[in-house]
Amino acid sequence: MKILVPVKRVVDYNVKIRVDKDTNSVDLNNIKMSMNPFDEIAVEEAIRIKEKGQCDEIVVVSLGPEQSKETIRNALAMGADRGILIKTEHSPEPLIVAKALAKLVQQDNYDLIILGKQSIDDDCNQTGQMLSALLNCSVGTYASKIDFDNDSIIITREIDGGLQTLKLSKPSVVTADLRLNVPRYASLPNIMKAKQKTIDELDPQDLGIDMNPKLVIKKVEEPPKRIGGGKVESIEELIDKLKNEAGVI
Amino acid sequence: MSVLVLAEHNNDKLNEATRKAITAACLISKPVHVIVVGSECENVAKVTSGISGVDKVMLADDPIYKNMLSETTSELLLDLIKDYDFLVAAASTNGKNILPRVAASIDVSQISEIISVIDDKTFQRPIYAGNAIATIETKTEKNVITIRTTAFETAPESDKKAEIERINPKTNPQLSVFIEEKVSSSERPELTSAGIIVSGGRGMQSGDNFKLLESVADKLGAAVGASRAAVDAGFVPNEYQVGQTGKVVAPELYIAVGISGAIQHLAGMKDSKVIVAINKDEEAPIFEVADYGLIADLFEAVPEFDKELEKLQK
Repeated sequence: MKILVPVKRVVDYNVKIRVDKDTNSVDLNNIKMSMNPFDEIAVEEAIRIKEKGQCDEIVVVSLGPEQSKETIRNALAMGADRGILIKTEHSPEPLIVAKALAKLVQQDNYDLIILGKQSIDDDCNQTGQMLSALLNCSVGTYASKIDFDNDSIIITREIDGGLQTLKLSKPSVVTADLRLNVPRYASLPNIMKAKQKTIDELDPQDLGIDMNPKLVIKKVEEPPKRIGGGKVESIEELIDKLKNEAGVI
Repeated sequence: MSVLVLAEHNNDKLNEATRKAITAACLISKPVHVIVVGSECENVAKVTSGISGVDKVMLADDPIYKNMLSETTSELLLDLIKDYDFLVAAASTNGKNILPRVAASIDVSQISEIISVIDDKTFQRPIYAGNAIATIETKTEKNVITIRTTAFETAPESDKKAEIERINPKTNPQLSVFIEEKVSSSERPELTSAGIIVSGGRGMQSGDNFKLLESVADKLGAAVGASRAAVDAGFVPNEYQVGQTGKVVAPELYIAVGISGAIQHLAGMKDSKVIVAINKDEEAPIFEVADYGLIADLFEAVPEFDKELEKLQK
């Protein structure tokens, strides 16, 4: 079995972002970037499947600028086998990403594609579902458990208020939720080893993808500021305020 | 310009999120039709037909739709969307699961979790877990949109009933098979739909101490949440996590206990209507967003709070 894991380079989850009013965008200068946390979970899951002997090769792919190679390299250090960078100036919208991924899957016949349920920058939560549409294959979103049963994939999904178990036929697209696993840290020897692993570069043109976005970001602004800082001196005062001022209890 | 709304339900009851999606749909364009996809779900269609703003209800009632599987449901929606300009759903598990599959099949991008409708081509949506708001303009004729339910009002009852039209099921692509569903049996409400949430952080010191919060939560009919620090420390399971990589919530009242207020936690709860913070560190960033901050040792304050609530109940 071959597994494809798409990963995205995003602003690190610990960084407080700043909106640049002049450029109408989020200021990404000199900001710590990391692998999208949900994609990290996807990489970890693929490695665990391989460690159980159920997978022959894990390929990691990213769409983005040159620096996305660092993200791919990180996944290689965790234990993926090789990488592909589809070089783009910005990170394109999910439909375009899904189209590029679909081309790769069709060229190289992957049995399973595991990706994060959403990226923590644009919060779209679309790519996996879109990829499954373009491949006309099964999809299991928000997975908290992945198992195999002969030729099918058994996944447990986190749904509103509970868990759902599905049996998916291969090939399949599965998106990772928080509870799927806790990703490992790459060890120093593995970081060194990852430097020897190959990362192929592709141009979106090679895949015949239309890179024109269908959505335009007109404006990015800061959300209305929350005015906090109010204090109470005692539990008694707190209860009084909640009851009589805020009216919430 | 017509709008098709996908109803969220459990074949028995209509989920309240649908009423919010209907409100948003009415702001986008009219007429608004609602599709109820399910099995033995006629009652859901009947309830839906009585909601203000709904011009017609379509009912696809067939055993293959019982669990609203993505592959099966999107097949049906693909056929229906030919006659509509917009496909809208609440950003609930089903909406998020199914709509992008439909969008990609008709070669349009989806606009996820909008919080406001500027006009029928322009919408606002949070990015970076709500730390920035993007205004998005679409260039396509047809559009697929999900709704952040905390941002829209509940559509009220209407005094007249819309017509219900039964439609035939499409073929089942049989790509996935439903095995089982375990709906959590907790007496407490679910985090994303709770009106009140009591959350604990690293300051709780142990999983056992969460009992203090549970006791308060039960008196308020609240859900219990946690910060990532508390989850990482192993106090409570992942499903409790409120924050950028956990659940994004916006209850009427959010009580943060022993939570310092890391960026990634604030991102998940700062849209709550009223925020209470209990923390002994007066420098904790959580106080900057709290309406009512109490600088106190939580192990004294929480039991006292619990006792006072008990008195209040009597």
